[in-house]
Amino acid sequence: MGAQAGGMTKPAQSSEGKTLSWEVRDGIIGLALHREPVNEIGLATLEELERFVAALPDLQQHAGALIIYSRQAAGFCAGADLRELYAGLQNADGMAAVRGAREFLERIHRVFNALDAVPIATIAAVHGVCFGGGFELALTCDLIIADKMARFCFPELRLGLIPGFGGIPRLKRDVGNGLVRDLLLTGRSINATKALASGLVSQVAAEGEALRAARATAAQVMKFDRATAAAAKAFAKPIPLDELRREIDLFCKLFTRPVVREALRKFVENTSAHPYLP
Amino acid sequence: MRTLEQTTEEILSLAAAHFKVPRAELSPADDFYQKLRIDSLQALELLTHLENHFSVELPDYEVQGVSDFRTLASRIQARL
Repeated sequence: MGAQAGGMTKPAQSSEGKTLSWEVRDGIIGLALHREPVNEIGLATLEELERFVAALPDLQQHAGALIIYSRQAAGFCAGADLRELYAGLQNADGMAAVRGAREFLERIHRVFNALDAVPIATIAAVHGVCFGGGFELALTCDLIIADKMARFCFPELRLGLIPGFGGIPRLKRDVGNGLVRDLLLTGRSINATKALASGLVSQVAAEGEALRAARATAAQVMKFDRATAAAAKAFAKPIPLDELRREIDLFCKLFTRPVVREALRKFVENTSAHPYLP
Repeated sequence: MRTLEQTTEEILSLAAAHFKVPRAELSPADDFYQKLRIDSLQALELLTHLENHFSVELPDYEVQGVSDFRTLASRIQARL
């Protein structure tokens, strides 16, 4: 929200949205996810992420680091909003459904690529579930700091899909291909200890302490010359644009098959406490 | 090396403490979804606690369809 000062409008340094909010404090941008139940990413979140990315150039004038975290007790983010995805499949014919999915993916990739490339340090402070699209959001960050109850997972193959928000290329960038295939092909989740041992996570904090550890890390990163840090980041963390593009194409190719529709239907209609996924 | 009975007992105590249920109300044959009144996300939370406590890695597909403490204990035991 812009603040009036002497007749001039200052750039917004905080904003409270329906699915996420941000503020600058102690030179650190905190981006908090807070959509019930576990920050599922649908159109509403995408639109607010787009607003955040548009605000980033101004925010960077006041901050040297960005921390993404969740205010939801159950975790960082459970992934894409599958109910919205299923509704999109139900309410459109095959071609229109693919067009809708592609348009959504193009937009989310623009946002994630912008987060990936922002020239200040970025840290995902993760607790609880960090699944699918949520995991992909965390992977845009320079560092992932997890509390010991965090779990990471790509469940997409259980739905007949692949991760669509850039997950495979970014996971390949960070860890060995053996773990990439393990997570992708089994759909299993791994805990923070395993994630640390794999190099996916850079620190594990006590339960509920990931955000505090992320703020301490951000404070350390900000001691260094900003231009040097930005150059080092760009050198060490190239964005795999070609693979990201191919991932969108592959997702769209798989999306309208009956197996996907059936898996999404089972997910949406499942009312049992027991996990329904194969 | 723990016995299966010891592992089961530890799981029951951990589950009771984490989900704030009196230990005396839990037994090995209980359906933990029902007894702890938990959903699938909380079941993952339980799995994480158990992995941390026993220092094991238990792929979640190995506990898919498992809903009683005794079978859960046997899956953990096989990883110790």
